[in-house]
Amino acid sequence: MARHRYSGDALIEVLHVAQQLYGYLSHPLLRTVARKLKLPPSRVLGVATFYHLFRFAPSREHRAVVCMGTACYAAGAPDLLARLRHRCGDNWTIEEARCVGSCGLAAVVNCDGAAWSRVTLADLEARLSCAAGQAPSAQIQPRQ
Amino acid sequence: MTAEVLHHTRHAEQDRQSRLKNRILCCSVAGCLSAGAEGVREAIQNETDHPETEVCRTGCMGLCSRGPLVRSSANDVVYTDVTPRDARAIAHGEPIEGRMLRPDHPFYAGQRRLILANSGYADPERIGDYIALGGYQSLLCALAEMKPEEIVGEVKKSRLRGRGGAGYPAGLKWELVARHPSSTKYVICNADEGDPGAFMNRSVLEGDPHRVLEGMAIAGRAVGAQQGYIYARGESPLAIERIRTAIAQARREGLLGSRILDSSFQFEIDLRIGAGAYVCGEETALIASIEGKRGQPVPRPPYPPESGLWGQPTLINNVETFANISTIIEQGGEWFASIGAPASPGTKVFALAGRIVRTGLVEVPIGTSLRTILFDLGGGVPEGYQFKAAQTGGPAGGCIPAQYLDLPMDYDSLTRIGTMMGSGGLIVMDTSSCMVDVARFFMEFCRDESCGKCIPCRAGTVQMHEILARMTRGEGVEGDFKMLEELSGLLKEASLCGLGLAAPNPVLSTLRHFREEYEEHIREHRCPAGHCHMGAAQ
Repeated sequence: MARHRYSGDALIEVLHVAQQLYGYLSHPLLRTVARKLKLPPSRVLGVATFYHLFRFAPSREHRAVVCMGTACYAAGAPDLLARLRHRCGDNWTIEEARCVGSCGLAAVVNCDGAAWSRVTLADLEARLSCAAGQAPSAQIQPRQ
Repeated sequence: MTAEVLHHTRHAEQDRQSRLKNRILCCSVAGCLSAGAEGVREAIQNETDHPETEVCRTGCMGLCSRGPLVRSSANDVVYTDVTPRDARAIAHGEPIEGRMLRPDHPFYAGQRRLILANSGYADPERIGDYIALGGYQSLLCALAEMKPEEIVGEVKKSRLRGRGGAGYPAGLKWELVARHPSSTKYVICNADEGDPGAFMNRSVLEGDPHRVLEGMAIAGRAVGAQQGYIYARGESPLAIERIRTAIAQARREGLLGSRILDSSFQFEIDLRIGAGAYVCGEETALIASIEGKRGQPVPRPPYPPESGLWGQPTLINNVETFANISTIIEQGGEWFASIGAPASPGTKVFALAGRIVRTGLVEVPIGTSLRTILFDLGGGVPEGYQFKAAQTGGPAGGCIPAQYLDLPMDYDSLTRIGTMMGSGGLIVMDTSSCMVDVARFFMEFCRDESCGKCIPCRAGTVQMHEILARMTRGEGVEGDFKMLEELSGLLKEASLCGLGLAAPNPVLSTLRHFREEYEEHIREHRCPAGHCHMGAAQ
């Protein structure tokens, strides 16, 4: 906030950094931001809730983001999403993303920060086991 | 940095590179990175034991479905599907059977890589590489040898159309901003590439960020602005990082900031990060977002060249538009106008994805036929599949069915058949895709992304999605046609911004070219593509 001279214009920049630092935007955090930037709390909440990337609850232990862009959708992303929701327990956050921009490698799933490409239902299990704690890097399926 | 230092740096770096035995450049943008490119680069680095071979990062070489891609300058080939096991062979310049692309490979031969010229040849994290390839020469020329009106004149001569999707003549926009008497003006680069299926802008920002900075600086000089902003998607952390690095490097070298290249021109570029809102790709919503507000558009006029960011005259252009500027200044507007189609000169980067053998980025002169792009460059539809349609323009666009395969891909031809160029996403669909579901998919997207300010869009997208969703569940009724057409008309006429205005396009386009699919869904409760689960109605 200091870097932006406490200007109200910098609200979104500040929210980004706040989320990076604290993992999510809690109500006390948002009220603090409102106070420091001299903005009405309703304005801060209104802006924060407008944007998809801001989170208002803590993330769980693991996080999987399924890209639902056109190419990934056509490559079976809805089924991947359904399988993940079905299979992963309470210690997982399963989310959708609009398009992560790796359409040449559809379908794309981001798991705990690692980007998986060309994911299929068939290899989802294998990739999940890898992620659950063993050695990194699941096998990428070769293109037919 | 002075002009002399720029020259010296350029020649010194060119010299240094020419004395190398080999430069091995590993694609290091998001796609290849997610397929293991960092591991590949490190492995090749480990196998390289003498200083005459340099291993570095580079931008997108296009054939994303065969990544990680690695280019070897000594034998001028691009290796595909590279794994760390190939490191030794590549480090020693050895051939790898079946996984080498030469410049005459059909994928490359049909392309004209101007915007992507440095990708495969320069490391995006080294400003020296950019300078060695002629970078910042155009900025120097614009500052030392041209008046601002002459710069605008050159862009007008080029007849460059905005590459964000609308295709508005860039020169005209620049002129409007330049003419405004205000002394405070802004240049904004719209890097909020929100179309699902489009990744051209991201690749340029990750692979050749200085090209965009240079274009913006030239624009600043031309229109009289001293401050630029790049508004980038929050979903692209690598693009953000590369832009930040490039800005810091340019500042350090005196190519941004005050007294650029010994002139009186000063120009700063700052980054603003989006937070996940497709509507912020709309210029007035983008401006609202930079101002710290909800990304809700405002009525136009006044347009940004008259009253934009903080009420000041603002030039907003897409990443790819700016990426063309340095070439236009270097080669001249007339040269640029001679490429591509007369009403739409230049090249366009397309993001080829979907049911096609070679997916990735291709850059072709505008006016190249869809057939050439899909079958010559793209390798056609894979064995066992049949082409149905190519989707362009994302949620604002439409589809191109088989009978238009020979259509020239230019702004006006695409509009005539009911779609649009858009930002360059080109998704190939086969007969297993249901066009009703595709329309539903895009309408769902628009519904979720609608800012909520105007009723036609806020309520219209909900209603249209409901109708389409019912159809895909086998609950469509005859009256749905009329409803869809009426609602489409309403959104097109009464929406406040381009999101609502264009939301009906995928529906209208699929109704125009695939009406029989809709009829089968409604009258027979059947999905010809076998995609929709029709439920109890069957």
